[in-house]
Amino acid sequence: MSGEQARLAKQPRASLGQRALGLLVRWEMVLFLLLIGVFVLNSNLSPVFLTQRNLLNATFSFMERAIMALPMMLIIISGEIDISVAGIIALSATAMGLASEAGASIPVMILVALATGLAAGLLNAFIVLRFRVPSIAVTIGSMSLFRGVSWAILGNQAISGYPRELAQLGQGTVGNTMIPMPLVMFACLALVFGIVLHRTGIGRTIFAIGNNATATQFSGIPVDRYKAVLFALNGLVAGFAAVLLTSRILSTRPNIAMAWELEVVTLVVLGGVAITGGKGSIIGVVLSIFVTGYLRFGLSLINVPSQVIGIITGLLLVGAIILPGVFEHYSNKLILGKQLKPLEPQRE
Amino acid sequence: MLSKFLAQRESTLFVIIIILLVAVGLRAPRFLEPGRLLSTLNDTVILIMLTMAQLAVIVSGGIDLSVASNLAFTGMATALLNFMFPGVPIVLLVVLALAIGAALGAFNGSLVAWGGVPPIIMTLATMSVFRGMVYLISGGAWVSAHQMTPAFRSIPRVGLLGMPLLMWFGFVTIAVMYVLMNNTRLGRELYAIGDNERSARLVGVNTRLTRFKSFVLSGAIAGLTGLLWVSRYASAQNQTAAGFELETVAAAVIGGVSIMGGSGSVIGAVLGAVFLGIVKNALNVIGVSPFFQLGIQGAVILIAIIANTVIDRRTQVRLGSRRVAA
Repeated sequence: MSGEQARLAKQPRASLGQRALGLLVRWEMVLFLLLIGVFVLNSNLSPVFLTQRNLLNATFSFMERAIMALPMMLIIISGEIDISVAGIIALSATAMGLASEAGASIPVMILVALATGLAAGLLNAFIVLRFRVPSIAVTIGSMSLFRGVSWAILGNQAISGYPRELAQLGQGTVGNTMIPMPLVMFACLALVFGIVLHRTGIGRTIFAIGNNATATQFSGIPVDRYKAVLFALNGLVAGFAAVLLTSRILSTRPNIAMAWELEVVTLVVLGGVAITGGKGSIIGVVLSIFVTGYLRFGLSLINVPSQVIGIITGLLLVGAIILPGVFEHYSNKLILGKQLKPLEPQRE
Repeated sequence: MLSKFLAQRESTLFVIIIILLVAVGLRAPRFLEPGRLLSTLNDTVILIMLTMAQLAVIVSGGIDLSVASNLAFTGMATALLNFMFPGVPIVLLVVLALAIGAALGAFNGSLVAWGGVPPIIMTLATMSVFRGMVYLISGGAWVSAHQMTPAFRSIPRVGLLGMPLLMWFGFVTIAVMYVLMNNTRLGRELYAIGDNERSARLVGVNTRLTRFKSFVLSGAIAGLTGLLWVSRYASAQNQTAAGFELETVAAAVIGGVSIMGGSGSVIGAVLGAVFLGIVKNALNVIGVSPFFQLGIQGAVILIAIIANTVIDRRTQVRLGSRRVAA
């Protein structure tokens, strides 16, 4: 370790130009180029793709998952994971449906969904932190539990008959512009999450926990409390996603948001967040959301079956892991010249 | 003697399974009839085998989320082969299933071992890639019973020494895994890299090659179960065994396999799968509405995982182990 530090200390500080170059060859830049690539591809495939109306409308199809990616990003950076998100969405939507059938007003329905999501998140947090069980194991179990409760309540019935005004949230646009309401909500949330993650002590602490929870604990930070808040937040936001989803499709079945947990994790990891924790950026995640969203949308416009889209996103995900390493290697070479030895993959 | 028996988590789980059987038997005595028990076990064989696949990877510190998609692809590939070339002997199909599965596993393994992709991400990706490949080779169509040769459909059911062949496959898989994990160098190396990869490397284990092998092993078993699955249910389709991967992880964890790697036994994993299988079957037998089953399963998985962790920690404290989870 000390040899490593000595080696780093000897390196000259990168000049401004070199740092700009470093910025250019980051993973976020690759994602940005990918996004442009997706746009070029799509507009060649379909003449209507690149219209303002279409680009905005397309976002309706993936904003719930986009919103879910934000708290998931924080959880993964902190070194944990939550596989139960889609189950929480199903459970919250079911609770919301029951509230609607009981004649609740729209604000009450929303509160019920949020409270259900929060409670589910707190249950995850309690089990993970109280019994010290790895979160991946706990949330695989609670995934079945949450969705199972939803099945138990609804059976093969669907709840519909939501008030028409509810649709304004998930289907509406802002004022008389064409900007979708969910897109605006996502933008606001992404801004808040980005600022918290990158510009506050809370964000620094989350990175620290993900890098070394024990060291963070010993430096006096209540690690468990942070993690509890993150799981609870994930549940709360899943409740919110359930509201948006219900408002968009105006019906609730126990199988809604099926298999979304893995899609949401994919969004986060494709955005350059390390699955082992401690590393990631909001820009990367936001870019990966739009790359994946528009790719899926564009390919489905030309009737590419969802299974084939699955292959493409799968390979993209693997590429997302292998390529940044390659990129980092070459960008370090570019920026720092020959002083730096070839980057060895980090080993534990 | 008794206390030593009880101190082992396998025996704890075994006792819990007996209690579960008695409890279900009180509600529905016919569940304990030998024929019914045998059919419950028969229903569980595929889960047991796939849990064996999962065990090989989890013990070495990884996870394989692509087992169910591997199963679906290999099942579809062998079913299509049987449909298009009915003359191909079944034995060759079994070998092919092992080979196709192993090849898919090798794809996972090589990128994990030499590409530096974390196992959970690699197999999350191939989970959808392999399933997409099912669609590519089948064009989205099903292979149904009438397109399969009678010999193909009877693979799991053929009796051999009074037991259906499916069970023989299960027993052989368990036996092979038992010997492999306990009595071979590869087995010890899998535990070693799962416990502490760096130390394993320092004592001369080729960690990358070992990791690669764990995925090939997992893939081969998953491929074999693919053939068994489609012949048993006489249908190969795109959604075959969708979502089954998480059940295998749950079974392994219930069986005391540490999700962080380095510990877990073949017997434990088998018991974990049997436990899950009994719960699923028992819910049917005692007439629980199918809509309640997923929720009950989830609750049972959660409780079992918590109980296991707590018991494990107590045992470690009692044995004076310093490896109490931080």
